[in-house]
Amino acid sequence: MNKTLRKSFEFSSLREVGIFIAFFVILAILMILSPNAFAKPANLVNILKQASINGILATGMMFVIISGGIDLSVGSIVALTGVIAATFAHPGEYPLIVPIVLSVVIGAAVGLLNGVSVAYGNIPPFIVTLGTMTIVRGVALIAAKGQPVFNVTKLFEGIAGGFVFNTIPHLVVYFVVITLVCAFIITRTVFGRRVYAVGGNETAARVSGINVDWIKIAVYTLSGFLAGIAGLLLASRLVSGNPTAGQAYELDAIAAVIIGGVSMAGGAGKWYGTVIGALLIAVIGNGLDILNVSSHFQLIIKGSIIIIAVLLDMKGKGKQ
Amino acid sequence: MDEPTSAITEKEVKTLFEQIDRLRKQNVAIIYISHKMDEIFKIADRISVLRDGNYIGTFPANEIDNDKLIKMMVGREIKEFIPKTDAPIGEVVLEVNNLCRGKHFQNVSFKLHKGEILGIAGLVGAGRSELAECIFGITRPSSGEVIIRNKKTNIRHPKDAIRNRVALITEDRKFTGLNLKSTVKTNITIVGLDELSRLGVINESKERRVADKFIDQLKIKTNSRNTMISSLSGGNQQKVVLSKWLQTTPEIIIMDEPTRGIDVGAKRDIYLLMGELVKAGKALIMISSEIPEIMGLSDRILVLAAGRLTGEINRPDFTQETIMRFASDFSSGNRI
Repeated sequence: MNKTLRKSFEFSSLREVGIFIAFFVILAILMILSPNAFAKPANLVNILKQASINGILATGMMFVIISGGIDLSVGSIVALTGVIAATFAHPGEYPLIVPIVLSVVIGAAVGLLNGVSVAYGNIPPFIVTLGTMTIVRGVALIAAKGQPVFNVTKLFEGIAGGFVFNTIPHLVVYFVVITLVCAFIITRTVFGRRVYAVGGNETAARVSGINVDWIKIAVYTLSGFLAGIAGLLLASRLVSGNPTAGQAYELDAIAAVIIGGVSMAGGAGKWYGTVIGALLIAVIGNGLDILNVSSHFQLIIKGSIIIIAVLLDMKGKGKQ
Repeated sequence: MDEPTSAITEKEVKTLFEQIDRLRKQNVAIIYISHKMDEIFKIADRISVLRDGNYIGTFPANEIDNDKLIKMMVGREIKEFIPKTDAPIGEVVLEVNNLCRGKHFQNVSFKLHKGEILGIAGLVGAGRSELAECIFGITRPSSGEVIIRNKKTNIRHPKDAIRNRVALITEDRKFTGLNLKSTVKTNITIVGLDELSRLGVINESKERRVADKFIDQLKIKTNSRNTMISSLSGGNQQKVVLSKWLQTTPEIIIMDEPTRGIDVGAKRDIYLLMGELVKAGKALIMISSEIPEIMGLSDRILVLAAGRLTGEINRPDFTQETIMRFASDFSSGNRI
């Protein structure tokens, strides 16, 4: 008995490093295939930049999925908050703080609405966020009158567009800071522990005195808040707010979380898996672009990787 | 077959035994592992005993009785198996007055004292677990009052009960007791996490110490505090459930079938722990369907039948017949 226990324990930790191995193998292959373009330091920084927005969304998604839910509304929140941010960023109108505060507050408010509907309305998270996904997209289109919002200040453009020390894009800095703060929250705080407890066994969590409703509301609000930040950053990067932006971003965020080994059933998963998941998606996209693989083929490859990752995940759990 | 009946119904057990019988007639050899004594005696030809990883012996089933078998399994005499600890019984800590919850139970009133083990007996469906869940705030009563340490309380959520130093070890550890997707450590500390943290940040070294303290104190058999709880045996999982509630330093502990589905060694450890708890001045309520256990440990037994309190028996008057008579008393009036 003891021996089989130890074996399954080793296997599970092996699986945890498995995602790292897979990531570095793919990275190495692309570097060998394209030593002059892909492997250049400037391109590697570029990959980090490309991973940033999805990485921020995936971090919020991770909290929701660990708690046993799902958030399909983040892509639409990105569009709405981007439009709002750009609308309030025209030259000579409002100070820079207005678009910043508005986008995160509106993002968090949509998340709060999701959370309250899931917790108190007892509606399945898939349905709630499918609904808000559609509603928020509609609001974004109305707010932008169906057109992209251009004409933003240089200052606004500088939020995501600039570099630190002329090398590291601002986007990457936001991604790293948000990831580290969220990693601290999920691993070291009482709140983080309760998110796992709710996703692991909701009834037991309630019996243990945890306010399950409050935890659910908090994770959706956090996801919406981060989606608001992502919307602001995307608008700044694209120097415009586009109501059709962020389509299917929620799926990329979910893919990053799943590839990173977070269980769709909730209660399990590690933050660094999500980071690797987001990086892996960016690495593959970037590498295949450089290798001139058509974007149509890229979809097939990306989809296959999601399925393989979940397959490995289930195999690992089955052995336990 | 390793504990084949642990997750199936009475009727399915019967079917299983018929199939075992059929296989035996076809000269199939079967090794049947179980902690349920009645099953072992019903189907085994020979019985082997293992204890703590050591082989104790093999005996023909008709040459050995229940008491001898348990003695070999725990290494002690049967009468020592359910040890009754005498603790001084003190003041009333919990008073329940005319508590009702819909059709689940009606007009339940009783008092629980410091240092006392109050048994609650009854048939399945008598409303015992529902009563415990209601006192603990998992469900709300439709009427009646709960007085804790002379103060009327309004418990609306388990967290209110925890704040009032009440603990509930639920009947079903897999569904309501544990987070099976997590480790031994996080399961032990989840209820009392606020006391192990500052400004919402967990003091991890303190948390590790608490987990190790309980693993050591309750003799939880686990590779480490970071082992997944799902890989532990039922008895050790149950000890983790007890740990997680003891960590909140409760004064009133309600145990709903605390020894269900666990091996005799762990059972005895839990009985001994209950003795230590009452000696430390805690008040215990034990809901149990195992008559020897409830008679062996309780100072007083309340009997529920169809949601009504039908009897209260003091320790000198405990007999199986009295308990069963009250338990099957479905006349509408309340006797007490």
